[in-house]
Amino acid sequence: MRRLIFLTPIALFAIMVAGFALGLRRDPSLLPSTLIGKPLPRFSLPPVDPKAPGLTSADMTGGGPRLLNVFGSWCVSCRYEHPVLMALKSQGVAIEGLDWRDTRADATRFLAAEGNPYERIGDDEAGRTVIDLGVAAAPETFVVDRQGRVRYKQVGPITPEVWTSTLAPLMARLKSE
Amino acid sequence: MTRLIAIVCTVLALAGPALAVLPSEQLSNPKLEARARKIGAELRCLVCQNETIDESEAPLAGDLRVLLRQRLVAGDTDRQAIAYIVARYGHFVLLKPPFEADTLILWLGPFLVLVLGGVGMAYMPLGKAAPDAKVTASLTPEEEAALARRLEADRV
Repeated sequence: MRRLIFLTPIALFAIMVAGFALGLRRDPSLLPSTLIGKPLPRFSLPPVDPKAPGLTSADMTGGGPRLLNVFGSWCVSCRYEHPVLMALKSQGVAIEGLDWRDTRADATRFLAAEGNPYERIGDDEAGRTVIDLGVAAAPETFVVDRQGRVRYKQVGPITPEVWTSTLAPLMARLKSE
Repeated sequence: MTRLIAIVCTVLALAGPALAVLPSEQLSNPKLEARARKIGAELRCLVCQNETIDESEAPLAGDLRVLLRQRLVAGDTDRQAIAYIVARYGHFVLLKPPFEADTLILWLGPFLVLVLGGVGMAYMPLGKAAPDAKVTASLTPEEEAALARRLEADRV
């Protein structure tokens, strides 16, 4: 009994240390999305290129599963992610773009230089739609199913590893749903 | 010197937190602006996660301040305005987490530790001396004599 009394605090302390050791390794920027399983909030955004169509939430339903990629020409990680998006486009992955707090001139220049992986682009200059989506920092990418529901949110750039390990299997599953 | 200390103390007392709230964002209605400040001090900036949206220079924090003010002008109560932002970013935006099933450990943990500590102390025979006290209490006559001699020697 005496030994138990002495050991209990030590055991509790060890459990706390283990909890903190695990907790402190977690990336605080990986916030769970409040939208998982829910339909995309309604939005209707003008295009970046006046000749192209804009992007509305209705565009995200129907067809197959698609990606909604929040980017900005000012966003360094987006430039890092861009070649991956271009590769996905050539594989036939449907990607829609949401241009965040950008100017049309900067976005046009960025896409002309790096290529345009998006089927449609919505221009969210005011950043209001991005807030409705609960986006904290670009790039973030939503996986949207046929019914227009959000199934997953990728925080940070899509790397080839992220695509093969997480997003590609999910997209394949959603395609067969 | 006293005067200098008094001046320094006064200046420090007058210094508020450095807010990032821009004049262009502020509402002309002082009551609404005061409510917005109160709410803004409770909301976490998603970019600089340990700053409030009122303290943060991040563009997103600015957008959230503007949005918050628009909600208040539109007639939202404080609670509704906060719920609007929580619906988008989750409970993580609240610097003061709500009391609910998910956060029970967070709120009650310290009290649990206190109770456990109290129970531990109640059971721990802190008042009693160590078990080998009895042995040291009774010296043999020789030891008593040796001790007396040693003490005597020290006194000299």
